[in-house]
Amino acid sequence: MPRTKERLIEVGLAAAALVTILTTVGIIWVLFSQTFEFFSNVSIISFLTDTQWTPLFADKHFGILPLVAGTFLTTLIAILVALPIGLTIAIYLNEYAPKSFRKIVKPLLEILAAVPTVVYGFFALAVITPFLQNLIPGMAGFNALSAGIVMGIMIIPLITSMSEDALFAVPMSLREASYGMGSTRLQTAFKVMVPAASSGIIVSVILGISRAVGETMIVAIAAGQQPRLTLNPLVPIETITTYIVQVSTGDVAHGSLEYRTIFAAGMALFVFTFILNNISYWVKKKFQEKYE
Amino acid sequence: MNKLEAQNVNVYYGANKVINDISISIKPNSVTAFIGPSGCGKSTFLRLFNRMNDYIDIFKMEGKVEIDGKNIYDKNIRVEELRKQIGMVFQKPNPFPKSIYENIVYGLRIQGIKDKNILDETVEKSLKQAALWEEVKDKLKNSALALSGGQQQRLCIARTLAVEPTVILMDEPASALDPISSAKVEELIYELKNNYTIVIVTHNMQQAARVSDTTAFFYMGELIEHDATKLIFTNPKNERTQNYVTGRFG
Ligand SMILES: Nc1ncnc2c1ncn2[C@@H]1O[C@H](COP(=O)(O)OP(=O)(O)OP(=O)(O)O)[C@@H](O)[C@H]1O
Ligand SMILES: [Mg+2]
Repeated sequence: MPRTKERLIEVGLAAAALVTILTTVGIIWVLFSQTFEFFSNVSIISFLTDTQWTPLFADKHFGILPLVAGTFLTTLIAILVALPIGLTIAIYLNEYAPKSFRKIVKPLLEILAAVPTVVYGFFALAVITPFLQNLIPGMAGFNALSAGIVMGIMIIPLITSMSEDALFAVPMSLREASYGMGSTRLQTAFKVMVPAASSGIIVSVILGISRAVGETMIVAIAAGQQPRLTLNPLVPIETITTYIVQVSTGDVAHGSLEYRTIFAAGMALFVFTFILNNISYWVKKKFQEKYE
Repeated sequence: MNKLEAQNVNVYYGANKVINDISISIKPNSVTAFIGPSGCGKSTFLRLFNRMNDYIDIFKMEGKVEIDGKNIYDKNIRVEELRKQIGMVFQKPNPFPKSIYENIVYGLRIQGIKDKNILDETVEKSLKQAALWEEVKDKLKNSALALSGGQQQRLCIARTLAVEPTVILMDEPASALDPISSAKVEELIYELKNNYTIVIVTHNMQQAARVSDTTAFFYMGELIEHDATKLIFTNPKNERTQNYVTGRFG
Protein backbone atom coordinates (compact mmCIF):
# COMPACT_ATOMS: atom_id res chain seq x y z
CA MET A 1 0.00 0.00 0.00
CA PRO A 2 2.66 2.59 0.91
CA ARG A 3 4.37 1.59 -2.34
CA THR A 4 1.41 2.71 -4.44
CA LYS A 5 1.12 5.91 -2.47
CA GLU A 6 4.77 6.63 -3.06
CA ARG A 7 4.29 6.02 -6.78
CA LEU A 8 1.31 8.31 -6.92
CA ILE A 9 3.27 11.11 -5.34
CA GLU A 10 6.13 10.53 -7.73
CA VAL A 11 3.85 10.69 -10.75
CA GLY A 12 2.18 13.80 -9.37
CA LEU A 13 5.50 15.58 -8.96
CA ALA A 14 6.65 14.59 -12.42
CA ALA A 15 3.38 15.87 -13.87
CA ALA A 16 3.82 19.20 -12.11
CA ALA A 17 7.32 19.54 -13.48
CA LEU A 18 6.08 18.60 -16.94
CA VAL A 19 3.39 21.28 -16.86
CA THR A 20 6.00 23.95 -16.15
CA ILE A 21 8.24 22.79 -18.94
CA LEU A 22 5.36 22.47 -21.40
CA THR A 23 4.12 25.94 -20.56
CA THR A 24 7.56 27.42 -21.18
CA VAL A 25 7.94 25.54 -24.43
CA GLY A 26 4.44 26.62 -25.42
CA ILE A 27 5.16 30.28 -24.76
CA ILE A 28 8.40 30.21 -26.70
CA TRP A 29 6.78 28.34 -29.57
CA VAL A 30 3.91 30.81 -29.88
CA LEU A 31 6.31 33.72 -29.59
CA PHE A 32 8.58 32.39 -32.30
CA SER A 33 5.90 31.23 -34.72
CA GLN A 34 3.88 34.43 -34.48
CA THR A 35 7.02 36.52 -34.80
CA PHE A 36 7.97 34.50 -37.85
CA GLU A 37 4.56 35.17 -39.41
CA PHE A 38 4.99 38.85 -38.64
CA PHE A 39 8.31 39.02 -40.40
CA SER A 40 6.88 37.41 -43.51
CA ASN A 41 4.85 40.63 -43.89
CA VAL A 42 7.28 43.20 -42.52
CA SER A 43 10.97 43.22 -43.30
CA ILE A 44 13.40 42.97 -40.41
CA ILE A 45 15.27 45.96 -41.82
CA SER A 46 12.30 48.29 -41.59
CA PHE A 47 11.42 46.82 -38.19
CA LEU A 48 14.86 47.76 -36.91
CA THR A 49 15.38 51.06 -38.75
CA ASP A 50 11.99 52.71 -39.30
CA THR A 51 11.64 55.61 -36.90
CA GLN A 52 7.88 55.33 -36.54
CA TRP A 53 5.66 52.78 -34.86
CA THR A 54 2.09 53.19 -36.09
CA PRO A 55 0.62 49.71 -36.69
CA LEU A 56 -2.82 50.81 -35.59
CA PHE A 57 -3.05 53.79 -37.94
CA ALA A 58 -3.98 53.95 -41.57
CA ASP A 59 -0.44 54.90 -42.51
CA LYS A 60 1.28 51.89 -41.00
CA HIS A 61 4.91 51.93 -39.88
CA PHE A 62 6.57 49.08 -38.02
CA GLY A 63 9.76 50.60 -36.61
CA ILE A 64 10.48 49.27 -33.12
CA LEU A 65 12.93 52.11 -32.35
CA PRO A 66 10.41 54.46 -30.71
CA LEU A 67 9.35 51.71 -28.30
CA VAL A 68 12.98 50.80 -27.65
CA ALA A 69 13.76 54.45 -26.99
CA GLY A 70 10.86 54.71 -24.54
CA THR A 71 11.97 51.58 -22.74
CA PHE A 72 15.58 52.73 -22.69
CA LEU A 73 14.67 56.17 -21.37
CA THR A 74 12.45 55.03 -18.51
CA THR A 75 14.95 52.30 -17.58
CA LEU A 76 17.85 54.75 -17.60
CA ILE A 77 15.99 57.16 -15.33
CA ALA A 78 15.02 54.31 -13.03
CA ILE A 79 18.61 53.12 -12.66
CA LEU A 80 19.91 56.67 -12.17
CA VAL A 81 17.51 56.92 -9.25
CA ALA A 82 17.87 53.40 -7.86
CA LEU A 83 21.62 52.83 -8.03
CA PRO A 84 22.88 55.80 -5.98
CA ILE A 85 20.11 55.54 -3.42
CA GLY A 86 20.15 51.75 -3.21
CA LEU A 87 23.92 51.58 -2.94
CA THR A 88 24.04 54.35 -0.35
CA ILE A 89 21.53 52.52 1.80
CA ALA A 90 23.45 49.27 1.38
CA ILE A 91 26.72 50.92 2.40
CA TYR A 92 25.07 52.64 5.32
CA LEU A 93 23.48 49.42 6.56
CA ASN A 94 26.66 47.43 6.20
CA GLU A 95 29.34 49.89 7.29
CA TYR A 96 27.70 52.34 9.64
CA ALA A 97 24.39 51.22 11.03
CA PRO A 98 24.21 49.33 14.32
CA LYS A 99 23.15 45.73 13.86
CA SER A 100 19.79 46.37 15.49
CA PHE A 101 18.95 49.09 12.97
CA ARG A 102 19.86 46.84 10.10
CA LYS A 103 17.47 44.23 11.44
CA ILE A 104 14.61 46.73 11.33
CA VAL A 105 15.34 48.38 8.00
CA LYS A 106 15.85 45.29 5.85
CA PRO A 107 12.30 43.93 6.36
CA LEU A 108 10.92 47.43 5.76
CA LEU A 109 12.65 47.48 2.40
CA GLU A 110 11.12 44.13 1.58
CA ILE A 111 7.71 45.69 2.17
CA LEU A 112 8.55 48.39 -0.34
CA ALA A 113 9.26 45.58 -2.78
CA ALA A 114 5.87 44.00 -2.09
CA VAL A 115 3.78 47.06 -3.04
CA PRO A 116 1.73 46.24 -6.18
CA THR A 117 3.09 48.09 -9.18
CA VAL A 118 -0.31 49.53 -10.00
CA VAL A 119 -0.02 51.50 -6.76
CA TYR A 120 3.37 52.79 -7.86
CA GLY A 121 1.88 53.78 -11.20
CA PHE A 122 -0.87 55.70 -9.58
CA PHE A 123 1.64 57.33 -7.24
CA ALA A 124 3.66 58.47 -10.25
CA LEU A 125 0.64 59.93 -12.00
CA ALA A 126 -1.11 61.49 -9.03
CA VAL A 127 1.80 62.63 -6.86
CA ILE A 128 5.12 62.79 -8.67
CA THR A 129 3.89 64.31 -11.92
CA PRO A 130 1.99 67.25 -10.33
CA PHE A 131 4.96 67.83 -8.06
CA LEU A 132 7.40 67.90 -10.97
CA GLN A 133 5.06 70.06 -13.05
CA ASN A 134 5.43 72.73 -10.39
CA LEU A 135 9.19 72.61 -10.79
CA ILE A 136 9.36 72.12 -14.54
CA PRO A 137 6.83 74.26 -16.39
CA GLY A 138 5.65 72.76 -19.67
CA MET A 139 6.06 69.18 -18.56
CA ALA A 140 3.36 66.93 -19.98
CA GLY A 141 0.89 65.11 -17.74
CA PHE A 142 2.17 61.82 -19.07
CA ASN A 143 5.94 61.59 -19.27
CA ALA A 144 8.94 59.30 -18.95
CA LEU A 145 10.44 61.19 -16.02
CA SER A 146 7.78 60.47 -13.39
CA ALA A 147 7.42 56.89 -14.51
CA GLY A 148 11.19 56.40 -14.48
CA ILE A 149 11.63 57.94 -11.04
CA VAL A 150 8.91 55.83 -9.51
CA MET A 151 10.23 52.73 -11.23
CA GLY A 152 13.59 53.58 -9.67
CA ILE A 153 11.95 53.75 -6.26
CA MET A 154 10.43 50.36 -6.93
CA ILE A 155 13.86 48.91 -7.78
CA ILE A 156 15.69 50.37 -4.76
CA PRO A 157 14.93 47.39 -2.49
CA LEU A 158 16.31 44.98 -5.06
CA ILE A 159 19.55 46.93 -5.47
CA THR A 160 19.91 47.56 -1.76
CA SER A 161 19.28 44.00 -0.76
CA MET A 162 21.60 42.43 -3.32
CA SER A 163 24.38 45.02 -2.86
CA GLU A 164 24.12 44.64 0.88
CA ASP A 165 24.55 40.88 0.55
CA ALA A 166 27.58 41.43 -1.67
CA LEU A 167 29.15 43.88 0.79
CA PHE A 168 28.39 41.58 3.67
CA ALA A 169 30.21 38.75 1.89
CA VAL A 170 33.47 40.73 1.67
CA PRO A 171 35.80 39.22 4.27
CA MET A 172 36.19 41.17 7.50
CA SER A 173 39.96 40.90 7.05
CA LEU A 174 39.88 43.35 4.12
CA ARG A 175 38.05 45.90 6.20
CA GLU A 176 40.57 45.45 9.00
CA ALA A 177 43.46 45.84 6.58
CA SER A 178 42.01 49.13 5.42
CA TYR A 179 41.28 50.47 8.90
CA GLY A 180 44.70 49.28 10.00
CA MET A 181 46.36 51.65 7.56
CA GLY A 182 44.44 54.64 8.78
CA SER A 183 41.42 54.71 6.49
CA THR A 184 38.24 56.35 7.61
CA ARG A 185 35.00 54.43 7.36
CA LEU A 186 34.08 56.33 4.22
CA GLN A 187 37.40 55.54 2.53
CA THR A 188 37.12 51.92 3.53
CA ALA A 189 33.60 51.73 2.14
CA PHE A 190 34.38 53.26 -1.23
CA LYS A 191 37.98 52.20 -1.85
CA VAL A 192 37.86 48.67 -0.49
CA MET A 193 34.38 47.36 0.18
CA VAL A 194 32.57 48.56 -2.93
CA PRO A 195 35.32 47.46 -5.35
CA ALA A 196 35.55 44.10 -3.61
CA ALA A 197 31.79 43.69 -3.86
CA SER A 198 31.59 45.08 -7.37
CA SER A 199 30.49 41.87 -9.06
CA GLY A 200 27.48 41.54 -6.78
CA ILE A 201 26.67 45.21 -7.21
CA ILE A 202 26.90 44.96 -10.99
CA VAL A 203 24.62 41.93 -10.97
CA SER A 204 22.11 43.83 -8.83
CA VAL A 205 22.11 46.65 -11.36
CA ILE A 206 21.63 44.29 -14.28
CA LEU A 207 18.73 42.58 -12.56
CA GLY A 208 17.38 46.05 -11.78
CA ILE A 209 17.59 46.90 -15.48
CA SER A 210 15.82 43.65 -16.26
CA ARG A 211 13.03 44.57 -13.88
CA ALA A 212 12.75 48.05 -15.36
CA VAL A 213 12.72 46.85 -18.96
CA GLY A 214 9.96 44.38 -18.17
CA GLU A 215 7.96 46.71 -15.92
CA THR A 216 4.52 47.39 -17.35
CA MET A 217 2.00 48.92 -14.99
CA ILE A 218 3.89 52.03 -13.95
CA VAL A 219 4.76 53.07 -17.48
CA ALA A 220 1.33 52.17 -18.81
CA ILE A 221 -0.28 54.45 -16.24
CA ALA A 222 2.16 57.33 -16.02
CA ALA A 223 4.24 57.55 -19.19
CA GLY A 224 1.49 57.95 -21.77
CA GLN A 225 0.95 55.66 -24.73
CA GLN A 226 2.51 57.52 -27.59
CA PRO A 227 5.38 55.81 -29.40
CA ARG A 228 7.89 58.55 -30.02
CA LEU A 229 11.54 58.40 -30.97
CA THR A 230 12.90 60.79 -28.37
CA LEU A 231 15.04 60.95 -25.29
CA ASN A 232 13.14 63.92 -23.91
CA PRO A 233 11.90 62.79 -20.49
CA LEU A 234 9.19 65.45 -20.31
CA VAL A 235 6.85 64.24 -23.06
CA PRO A 236 4.60 61.18 -23.35
CA ILE A 237 6.30 58.06 -24.71
CA GLU A 238 5.51 54.40 -24.95
CA THR A 239 7.54 51.38 -23.90
CA ILE A 240 7.53 47.91 -25.43
CA THR A 241 5.56 46.50 -22.53
CA THR A 242 2.98 49.24 -22.60
CA TYR A 243 2.37 48.68 -26.28
CA ILE A 244 1.79 44.98 -25.68
CA VAL A 245 -0.76 45.75 -22.99
CA GLN A 246 -2.43 48.36 -25.12
CA VAL A 247 -2.97 45.98 -28.03
CA SER A 248 -3.78 42.93 -25.92
CA THR A 249 -6.54 44.76 -24.12
CA GLY A 250 -7.76 46.56 -27.25
CA ASP A 251 -10.06 45.26 -29.98
CA VAL A 252 -7.56 44.20 -32.60
CA ALA A 253 -8.63 41.11 -34.54
CA HIS A 254 -6.83 37.89 -33.66
CA GLY A 255 -4.51 36.66 -36.38
CA SER A 256 -4.23 40.05 -38.07
CA LEU A 257 -0.91 41.74 -38.75
CA GLU A 258 -1.70 44.36 -36.10
CA TYR A 259 -2.22 41.54 -33.63
CA ARG A 260 1.10 39.93 -34.50
CA THR A 261 2.99 43.15 -33.77
CA ILE A 262 2.73 42.36 -30.07
CA PHE A 263 4.63 39.14 -30.63
CA ALA A 264 7.37 40.93 -32.52
CA ALA A 265 7.54 43.49 -29.71
CA GLY A 266 7.48 40.69 -27.17
CA MET A 267 10.33 39.02 -28.99
CA ALA A 268 12.39 42.21 -28.79
CA LEU A 269 11.71 42.32 -25.06
CA PHE A 270 12.60 38.67 -24.69
CA VAL A 271 15.92 39.21 -26.47
CA PHE A 272 16.77 42.16 -24.22
CA THR A 273 16.11 40.39 -20.94
CA PHE A 274 17.76 37.24 -22.22
CA ILE A 275 20.95 39.16 -22.98
CA LEU A 276 20.83 40.97 -19.65
CA ASN A 277 20.40 37.76 -17.70
CA ASN A 278 23.30 36.21 -19.53
CA ILE A 279 25.54 39.18 -18.82
CA SER A 280 24.70 38.99 -15.13
CA TYR A 281 25.38 35.27 -15.11
CA TRP A 282 28.71 35.85 -16.84
CA VAL A 283 29.72 38.65 -14.46
CA LYS A 284 28.87 36.51 -11.47
CA LYS A 285 30.90 33.61 -12.74
CA LYS A 286 33.89 35.59 -13.89
CA PHE A 287 34.34 37.52 -10.67
CA GLN A 288 33.76 34.50 -8.51
CA GLU A 289 36.64 32.77 -10.22
CA LYS A 290 38.83 35.76 -9.59
CA TYR A 291 38.13 35.64 -5.88
CA GLU A 292 39.11 32.08 -5.09
CA MET B 1 61.47 56.50 27.14
CA ASN B 2 59.21 53.54 26.43
CA LYS B 3 57.65 53.33 23.00
CA LEU B 4 54.52 51.53 24.14
CA GLU B 5 53.09 51.36 27.57
CA ALA B 6 49.95 49.90 29.13
CA GLN B 7 48.92 50.62 32.68
CA ASN B 8 46.38 48.61 34.64
CA VAL B 9 44.37 47.66 31.61
CA ASN B 10 41.13 45.70 31.87
CA VAL B 11 39.14 44.59 28.85
CA TYR B 12 35.61 43.26 28.78
CA TYR B 13 33.56 41.69 26.01
CA GLY B 14 30.11 42.29 27.42
CA ALA B 15 30.21 40.89 30.93
CA ASN B 16 33.20 38.70 30.14
CA LYS B 17 36.48 40.06 31.47
CA VAL B 18 39.25 38.91 29.15
CA ILE B 19 42.17 41.16 30.17
CA ASN B 20 42.81 41.49 33.87
CA ASP B 21 44.89 44.40 35.14
CA ILE B 22 47.79 44.16 32.70
CA SER B 23 50.69 46.63 32.68
CA ILE B 24 53.60 46.38 30.27
CA SER B 25 56.39 48.59 28.89
CA ILE B 26 57.95 48.11 25.47
CA LYS B 27 61.20 49.73 24.40
CA PRO B 28 61.73 51.36 21.00
CA ASN B 29 63.43 49.35 18.24
CA SER B 30 62.83 46.05 19.95
CA VAL B 31 60.90 42.92 19.13
CA THR B 32 58.47 41.75 21.78
CA ALA B 33 56.80 38.36 21.53
CA PHE B 34 53.39 37.68 23.08
CA ILE B 35 52.97 34.01 23.87
CA GLY B 36 50.35 32.03 25.74
CA PRO B 37 47.65 29.42 25.27
CA SER B 38 44.76 29.97 22.89
CA GLY B 39 42.09 32.34 24.17
CA CYS B 40 44.30 33.95 26.81
CA GLY B 41 43.85 37.41 25.29
CA LYS B 42 47.00 37.99 23.22
CA SER B 43 45.16 39.26 20.15
CA THR B 44 42.80 41.36 22.18
CA PHE B 45 45.70 42.95 24.03
CA LEU B 46 47.72 43.51 20.85
CA ARG B 47 44.79 45.17 19.13
CA LEU B 48 44.49 47.65 21.97
CA PHE B 49 47.56 49.42 20.64
CA ASN B 50 45.94 50.45 17.34
CA ARG B 51 42.42 50.56 18.72
CA MET B 52 41.30 47.81 16.42
CA ASN B 53 38.87 46.48 19.03
CA ASP B 54 36.85 49.68 18.83
CA TYR B 55 34.63 48.21 16.12
CA ILE B 56 33.37 45.42 18.36
CA ASP B 57 30.07 46.55 19.85
CA ILE B 58 30.50 44.81 23.19
CA PHE B 59 34.15 45.81 23.70
CA LYS B 60 34.94 47.92 26.75
CA MET B 61 38.29 48.84 28.24
CA GLU B 62 39.67 50.53 31.33
CA GLY B 63 43.16 51.80 32.08
CA LYS B 64 45.74 53.62 30.05
CA VAL B 65 47.50 52.71 26.80
CA GLU B 66 50.26 55.03 25.67
CA ILE B 67 52.47 55.47 22.65
CA ASP B 68 55.41 57.84 23.10
CA GLY B 69 53.84 58.89 26.36
CA LYS B 70 50.49 59.89 24.82
CA ASN B 71 47.30 58.17 25.88
CA ILE B 72 45.81 56.79 22.67
CA TYR B 73 42.34 56.39 24.15
CA ASP B 74 42.23 60.12 24.82
CA LYS B 75 39.21 61.89 23.34
CA ASN B 76 41.18 64.19 21.02
CA ILE B 77 43.22 61.39 19.45
CA ARG B 78 42.27 60.82 15.83
CA VAL B 79 42.26 57.09 15.44
CA GLU B 80 43.13 57.34 11.72
CA GLU B 81 46.29 59.30 12.56
CA LEU B 82 47.17 56.78 15.23
CA ARG B 83 46.90 53.88 12.81
CA LYS B 84 49.24 55.52 10.32
CA GLN B 85 51.80 55.43 13.08
CA ILE B 86 51.03 51.89 14.20
CA GLY B 87 50.84 49.37 11.39
CA MET B 88 49.32 45.94 11.67
CA VAL B 89 49.94 42.61 9.97
CA PHE B 90 47.29 39.95 10.35
CA GLN B 91 47.28 36.20 10.73
CA LYS B 92 45.89 35.43 7.31
CA PRO B 93 47.43 37.40 4.45
CA ASN B 94 44.74 39.90 3.45
CA PRO B 95 45.80 41.74 0.30
CA PHE B 96 43.13 43.82 -1.39
CA PRO B 97 41.74 42.38 -4.63
CA LYS B 98 43.79 44.96 -6.53
CA SER B 99 47.18 44.98 -8.25
CA ILE B 100 50.40 44.59 -6.29
CA TYR B 101 51.16 48.24 -6.98
CA GLU B 102 47.75 49.45 -5.80
CA ASN B 103 48.04 47.41 -2.64
CA ILE B 104 51.26 49.13 -1.68
CA VAL B 105 50.14 52.66 -2.48
CA TYR B 106 46.74 52.26 -0.83
CA GLY B 107 47.88 53.88 2.40
CA LEU B 108 49.35 56.83 0.52
CA ARG B 109 46.33 57.28 -1.71
CA ILE B 110 43.99 57.57 1.24
CA GLN B 111 46.27 60.30 2.55
CA GLY B 112 45.69 62.12 -0.72
CA ILE B 113 49.18 61.59 -2.15
CA LYS B 114 48.97 61.53 -5.95
CA ASP B 115 52.50 62.33 -7.09
CA LYS B 116 53.50 59.44 -9.32
CA ASN B 117 57.19 59.71 -8.41
CA ILE B 118 56.49 59.44 -4.71
CA LEU B 119 54.16 56.49 -5.27
CA ASP B 120 56.65 54.68 -7.51
CA GLU B 121 59.49 55.25 -5.08
CA THR B 122 57.44 54.05 -2.15
CA VAL B 123 56.47 50.88 -4.00
CA GLU B 124 60.06 50.02 -4.76
CA LYS B 125 61.34 50.95 -1.32
CA SER B 126 58.71 49.06 0.65
CA LEU B 127 58.90 45.98 -1.53
CA LYS B 128 62.66 45.95 -1.12
CA GLN B 129 62.31 46.32 2.63
CA ALA B 130 59.90 43.40 2.65
CA ALA B 131 62.33 41.33 0.53
CA LEU B 132 59.75 40.94 -2.21
CA TRP B 133 61.02 43.34 -4.87
CA GLU B 134 63.07 40.85 -6.88
CA GLU B 135 60.14 38.45 -7.12
CA VAL B 136 57.50 40.92 -8.24
CA LYS B 137 59.22 43.90 -9.86
CA ASP B 138 58.15 42.80 -13.36
CA LYS B 139 54.52 42.20 -12.48
CA LEU B 140 53.50 45.11 -10.33
CA LYS B 141 50.29 45.52 -12.32
CA ASN B 142 49.24 41.92 -11.72
CA SER B 143 46.65 41.02 -9.14
CA ALA B 144 48.02 40.56 -5.66
CA LEU B 145 45.73 37.57 -5.28
CA ALA B 146 47.85 35.66 -7.80
CA LEU B 147 50.83 35.64 -5.40
CA SER B 148 51.61 32.70 -3.12
CA GLY B 149 50.55 32.87 0.52
CA GLY B 150 54.05 33.71 1.67
CA GLN B 151 54.44 36.40 -0.96
CA GLN B 152 51.03 37.81 -0.04
CA GLN B 153 52.07 38.09 3.59
CA ARG B 154 55.28 39.91 2.66
CA LEU B 155 53.18 42.14 0.42
CA CYS B 156 50.98 42.93 3.41
CA ILE B 157 54.09 43.78 5.40
CA ALA B 158 55.32 46.00 2.57
CA ARG B 159 51.92 47.66 2.40
CA THR B 160 52.16 48.42 6.10
CA LEU B 161 55.72 49.75 5.76
CA ALA B 162 54.65 52.08 2.95
CA VAL B 163 52.74 54.23 5.42
CA GLU B 164 55.96 54.64 7.45
CA PRO B 165 54.72 53.58 10.86
CA THR B 166 57.01 53.48 13.87
CA VAL B 167 55.37 50.45 15.43
CA ILE B 168 54.30 47.23 13.70
CA LEU B 169 51.86 44.87 15.39
CA MET B 170 51.85 41.33 14.04
CA ASP B 171 49.24 38.76 15.00
CA GLU B 172 50.65 35.32 14.19
CA PRO B 173 52.03 36.62 10.88
CA ALA B 174 53.63 33.34 9.88
CA SER B 175 51.16 30.80 11.18
CA ALA B 176 49.36 30.37 7.86
CA LEU B 177 52.60 29.98 5.89
CA ASP B 178 54.80 27.08 4.85
CA PRO B 179 58.15 26.70 6.69
CA ILE B 180 60.20 28.43 4.00
CA SER B 181 57.91 31.44 3.71
CA SER B 182 57.69 31.50 7.46
CA ALA B 183 61.49 31.63 7.75
CA LYS B 184 61.54 34.52 5.26
CA VAL B 185 59.06 36.48 7.33
CA GLU B 186 61.11 35.82 10.44
CA GLU B 187 64.24 37.03 8.74
CA LEU B 188 62.35 40.11 7.72
CA ILE B 189 61.23 40.83 11.27
CA TYR B 190 64.83 40.58 12.33
CA GLU B 191 65.85 43.15 9.71
CA LEU B 192 63.03 45.54 10.50
CA LYS B 193 63.90 45.68 14.17
CA ASN B 194 66.55 48.35 13.53
CA ASN B 195 63.98 50.87 12.47
CA TYR B 196 60.71 49.78 14.02
CA THR B 197 59.24 48.67 17.28
CA ILE B 198 57.66 45.29 16.68
CA VAL B 199 55.19 43.31 18.74
CA ILE B 200 54.46 39.82 17.52
CA VAL B 201 51.94 37.27 18.72
CA THR B 202 53.08 33.72 18.09
CA HIS B 203 52.32 30.14 19.05
CA ASN B 204 55.69 29.02 17.80
CA MET B 205 58.17 28.91 20.70
CA GLN B 206 61.22 28.57 18.46
CA GLN B 207 60.07 31.55 16.49
CA ALA B 208 59.61 33.62 19.61
CA ALA B 209 63.04 32.56 20.81
CA ARG B 210 64.65 33.39 17.47
CA VAL B 211 63.20 36.79 16.66
CA SER B 212 62.34 38.52 19.92
CA ASP B 213 64.31 40.52 22.45
CA THR B 214 61.71 40.24 25.17
CA THR B 215 58.86 37.81 25.65
CA ALA B 216 55.58 38.27 27.49
CA PHE B 217 53.68 35.23 28.68
CA PHE B 218 49.90 35.61 28.95
CA TYR B 219 47.65 33.23 30.77
CA MET B 220 43.87 33.53 31.17
CA GLY B 221 43.79 37.27 30.69
CA GLU B 222 46.78 38.00 32.86
CA LEU B 223 50.35 38.89 32.07
CA ILE B 224 52.29 36.30 34.03
CA GLU B 225 55.79 37.32 33.11
CA HIS B 226 57.59 39.74 30.78
CA ASP B 227 61.33 39.53 30.56
CA ALA B 228 64.32 39.13 28.26
CA THR B 229 63.55 36.29 25.86
CA LYS B 230 66.63 34.37 26.94
CA LEU B 231 65.49 34.39 30.56
CA ILE B 232 61.93 33.41 29.72
CA PHE B 233 63.10 30.38 27.78
CA THR B 234 65.95 29.26 30.01
CA ASN B 235 65.19 30.49 33.47
CA PRO B 236 61.65 31.84 33.94
CA LYS B 237 60.65 33.06 37.36
CA ASN B 238 57.14 31.68 37.22
CA GLU B 239 56.34 28.01 37.22
CA ARG B 240 53.46 28.40 34.73
CA THR B 241 55.78 30.11 32.26
CA GLN B 242 58.23 27.27 32.73
CA ASN B 243 55.53 24.70 32.04
CA TYR B 244 54.31 26.53 28.95
CA VAL B 245 57.66 27.13 27.26
CA THR B 246 58.76 23.57 27.90
CA GLY B 247 55.53 22.33 26.37
CA ARG B 248 54.00 20.79 29.46
CA PHE B 249 50.67 22.46 28.73
CA GLY B 250 49.09 24.79 26.25
N1 LIG C 1 34.77 39.77 19.24
C1 LIG C 1 34.71 39.09 20.40
N2 LIG C 1 33.54 39.05 21.07
C2 LIG C 1 33.46 38.37 22.24
N3 LIG C 1 34.47 37.72 22.81
C3 LIG C 1 35.66 37.73 22.18
C4 LIG C 1 35.84 38.41 20.94
N4 LIG C 1 37.11 38.25 20.53
C5 LIG C 1 37.70 37.48 21.48
N5 LIG C 1 36.84 37.16 22.47
C6 LIG C 1 37.14 36.37 23.67
O1 LIG C 1 38.21 37.00 24.36
C7 LIG C 1 39.13 36.05 24.84
C8 LIG C 1 40.51 36.37 24.31
O2 LIG C 1 40.53 36.19 22.93
P1 LIG C 1 41.78 36.49 22.01
O3 LIG C 1 41.38 36.36 20.62
O4 LIG C 1 42.38 37.77 22.43
O5 LIG C 1 42.76 35.29 22.43
P2 LIG C 1 44.15 34.87 21.80
O6 LIG C 1 45.10 34.76 22.92
O7 LIG C 1 44.54 35.76 20.69
O8 LIG C 1 43.84 33.42 21.26
P3 LIG C 1 44.46 32.67 19.99
O9 LIG C 1 45.81 32.25 20.38
O10 LIG C 1 43.55 31.52 19.78
O11 LIG C 1 44.45 33.63 18.85
C9 LIG C 1 38.63 34.70 24.41
O12 LIG C 1 37.95 34.13 25.50
C10 LIG C 1 37.67 35.00 23.31
O13 LIG C 1 36.64 34.05 23.29
MG1 LIG D 1 44.74 35.52 18.56
